Amino acid sequence: MRRAEFLMALMLGVFSVYLMVKSAELPIGWIPDEGPGGGAFPFWLAAGMLGCCIWTLVRWFTRQSPPARSTEPYLNPAARGLVVAVGVSLTLMLGAVHIIGMYFAVPLFLIYYIRFLGRHRWPLTLSVAVLAPVVSFFFFEIALRITLPKGYSEPLFYPLYDLFL
Amino acid sequence: MEILELLGQGFGIALQPLNLGLVILGCALGLFIGAMPGLGSVNGVAILLPMTFLVPPTGAIIFLAAIYYGAMYGGAISSIMLGIPGASTAVATTFDGRPLALAGKADQALITAAGASFIGGTISIVLFTLFAPPLAEVALAFGAAEEFALMMLAFATFVGLGGDDIPKTLFSIFIGLALSAVGLDIISGEPRLIFGGLPGFFHGIHFLVLAIGIYGIGEMLWTIESSHDGVKVSQASFGLGRILTHLKGLKGSIKASVMGSFLGYFVGILPAAGATPGSIMAYGAAKTMSRNPDSFGKGNVEGVAAPESANNAASTGSMLPMLTLGIPGSPTTAILLGGMVIWGLEPGPMLFIEHQSFVWGLIASLYVANVFAMLINLAFIPAFIAVLRMPFTILAPIIFVLCVVGGFAPTQDMHDVWLILIFGVVGYLMRKLDYPLAPAVLAIVLGPLAETSMRQALLMSDGSLMVFIERPISGPIMGVAIVLFLLPIVKLLHQRRARASA
Amino acid sequence: MIKRKMFMPLLVLVSSAAVFMAGPVQAWAPKKPVDFVIMAGKGGGADKMARLMQTVIEKHGFSSKPFVPINKPGGSGAEALMHMKSKQGDNHTVMVTLNSFYTTPLRQPGLDVDISTFTPVGRMAEDTFLLWVNVDSGITNVDEFVAAAKAAGNQWIMAGTGKGQEDQLLTTFLNQAYGLSIKYVPFKGGGRVAKELAGNHCNSTVNNPSEQLGFYEAGKTRAIASFTPTRLPLFPDAPTFRELGKDYVYFMQRSVVGAPGMSDEAAAYYRDVFARVYASDEWQAYMKKKSLQGGFLTGPKLKSYWAREKAIHKVILKDIGEI
Repeated sequence: MRRAEFLMALMLGVFSVYLMVKSAELPIGWIPDEGPGGGAFPFWLAAGMLGCCIWTLVRWFTRQSPPARSTEPYLNPAARGLVVAVGVSLTLMLGAVHIIGMYFAVPLFLIYYIRFLGRHRWPLTLSVAVLAPVVSFFFFEIALRITLPKGYSEPLFYPLYDLFL
Repeated sequence: MEILELLGQGFGIALQPLNLGLVILGCALGLFIGAMPGLGSVNGVAILLPMTFLVPPTGAIIFLAAIYYGAMYGGAISSIMLGIPGASTAVATTFDGRPLALAGKADQALITAAGASFIGGTISIVLFTLFAPPLAEVALAFGAAEEFALMMLAFATFVGLGGDDIPKTLFSIFIGLALSAVGLDIISGEPRLIFGGLPGFFHGIHFLVLAIGIYGIGEMLWTIESSHDGVKVSQASFGLGRILTHLKGLKGSIKASVMGSFLGYFVGILPAAGATPGSIMAYGAAKTMSRNPDSFGKGNVEGVAAPESANNAASTGSMLPMLTLGIPGSPTTAILLGGMVIWGLEPGPMLFIEHQSFVWGLIASLYVANVFAMLINLAFIPAFIAVLRMPFTILAPIIFVLCVVGGFAPTQDMHDVWLILIFGVVGYLMRKLDYPLAPAVLAIVLGPLAETSMRQALLMSDGSLMVFIERPISGPIMGVAIVLFLLPIVKLLHQRRARASA
Repeated sequence: MIKRKMFMPLLVLVSSAAVFMAGPVQAWAPKKPVDFVIMAGKGGGADKMARLMQTVIEKHGFSSKPFVPINKPGGSGAEALMHMKSKQGDNHTVMVTLNSFYTTPLRQPGLDVDISTFTPVGRMAEDTFLLWVNVDSGITNVDEFVAAAKAAGNQWIMAGTGKGQEDQLLTTFLNQAYGLSIKYVPFKGGGRVAKELAGNHCNSTVNNPSEQLGFYEAGKTRAIASFTPTRLPLFPDAPTFRELGKDYVYFMQRSVVGAPGMSDEAAAYYRDVFARVYASDEWQAYMKKKSLQGGFLTGPKLKSYWAREKAIHKVILKDIGEI
């Protein structure tokens, strides 16, 4: 936990500096008769962020904050695998949305999670995996007219549009 | 008495079978749209707009107003059950609604939310009925300087919301404000903070992206980790007996609801402010006024009642500048305004004179919609509770999918969904280290309003800061805000001195 | 995968049935809902018009598939333009544009957007601009306006809708033509600008009629001159700047464009749809009510209209030092 506290403050500090540099693309000073320039607001906020990170690092050094004193592991070792599995499968699902579209990526994710992480039985898994895209289709595409991304699976939906729209 | 007569005529219109049917349908639809994380009243109203050519204009606007109301009720449902605010107006509801649900009191939170929404709706419609035209003048008097003062007041009311770690709380506020600056600088017309030149950053980082990331993805990862050994499902239970008890228990939160209603209504009528600052301020005010402020954030029903009554009151309030001035007080009313234009009704001061039957039909239908939205909401509570009783390993992936789909729907851009994932993971990692994240979410909502209004006011005053203090309305508001800002510091110093002398 | 296997036969069945029902081969028609990109935020003038067009299309069944509005207001339209550019060759994306169609690519050359590659669909109208003051100011004509603004110097505030956009171009014209030093303060959206004037938070605006109409009818604001070639029927008392000896005319286009590289068949389809929208009673009534001008333009005529307008805007933007 102690090391994580240090690394997090460091990384957020680096991000603050990046924000400051990026904000400085627009004027960050006080323009006479106008008030602050376009970059001033984010620039000084990012400077404040940096200050807070340094403050946190000082507290880390002097062991003032609870995480800086903690000897517990940052992530619970028993749960670490599960959290990482969920994170990775979410990322893969989003990636798959671009290729096979929402209506195929979502069921795959549901099958993985419910069957393999949740160890539920196949009938339950499959009914959720089939129902979710069908309900989404009618709710979003038909009722609310929001088209969800389909990737290469798009032509498969043309007949459905002809039927329902 | 003229008002009562007009209102009676209005009820005659609102209670026509077709219009009544539209109100009920609209409330039910709105409830479900509002309950989806990511979809709020804006989406519901925008999407259903073209469908309304099937009915006459009065029926159409009544239908849309019913959706609006239904969605405001529905917003509380995802805040309480999933801990994800479905719309910015429901952020403050998560602060106490979520802890209540985790403690197995989801039914109490939902009923309180419904009851408070009803009170907020009722008080605001009565105020609307009685004082619409004079209040329009108040809204007109609000310029950029007043708006900035109001934003400062909203900030001041939640200054005490952070955790114990001061640098981390400040960091959270700063990063929320800084992220709110992404997109376009309206004053200079230049794009700014377009990270990596990605076009998705041009529309800025929407509040929902951060909220769904932190409260959806981040919260779920947190739950997965903390419940890996023995699944921690909230022991939600329900029964008629419990519902009746909770309905009676509403009395306890009535003070917070009434206070929230008035506050929400008055903030709601101000153009550009809308329901979000109103609900946040109501939460802060309820906490300040409470005899037991420490229980806020840990599951105090007053913390649900205040923001819920305020956001419903504000949604009625924001119709006022729309109808009387043609100024939308919120994105939703902006769309409603578009609808009126489509039907050939010109909003503005003349509307109340030239289209009396329309205006009073709408007002009467707000009364009707308020009643039905509450009844429909109460009727569905057992169903919502049943969802919470599903095994966590089924509920969790469904919530993830809701986050992804709900994050996509508002802008229809996958860019935002990826941001949600990043915010979720980083937010989870930060939360593990005691970074409070609620201040960041509130800051990203208020940030753009505060920055723009401040710079507009300064532009008009040649850069003189006195503009915020000299003007008759902004001055006093600013004064109250400064007092509220200083209060916790004074308290802190006082405590330190007491400790030092002890 | 499992799901796909289960779905495929069903889809094949449905699609073959659909082919049978469709009967003889017809001209091109959209296969899926059409993305109707709006180059502005929700609730603004362009948004209202787009939603009116969408409603008219649905009401009369002009299109076999619905038009789905998507707002892309980011970066004064930069986001929308880049989105359209990325839809190269797409037959299901059209966009409602305004004058930021010219000004945004000029002001942000980094976008690398060439508007001449976009497919012309139709110019639906030209919105007009007038010079507005609050009735309380007592100003009734341009001479009084100039005198008051001269006396106030840079304390005279013009509220408008964005930097380097229509309202500021008009403000710059006034400053140059009459030797004024009006200060320009940008706000979000024309409705908000109109309210700033009605609430006396600014001294003048150059709103479109649709934005000020409510306050005008309530007797709160007054139009003192118009930026049109001839007087507007709705505002017979407001002289044109041409009458006042300044040859200055400015319009806001309300046009529909298709993605670059759209197929000719698709372009023809959308041209037909929007020509019918233009001719519809609803659209004509709206144009009359909001004092919109201009006929329906399409094809090469619309393209040359854009080229001319772009050239004009380039000169104006150079004049005011924005590029």
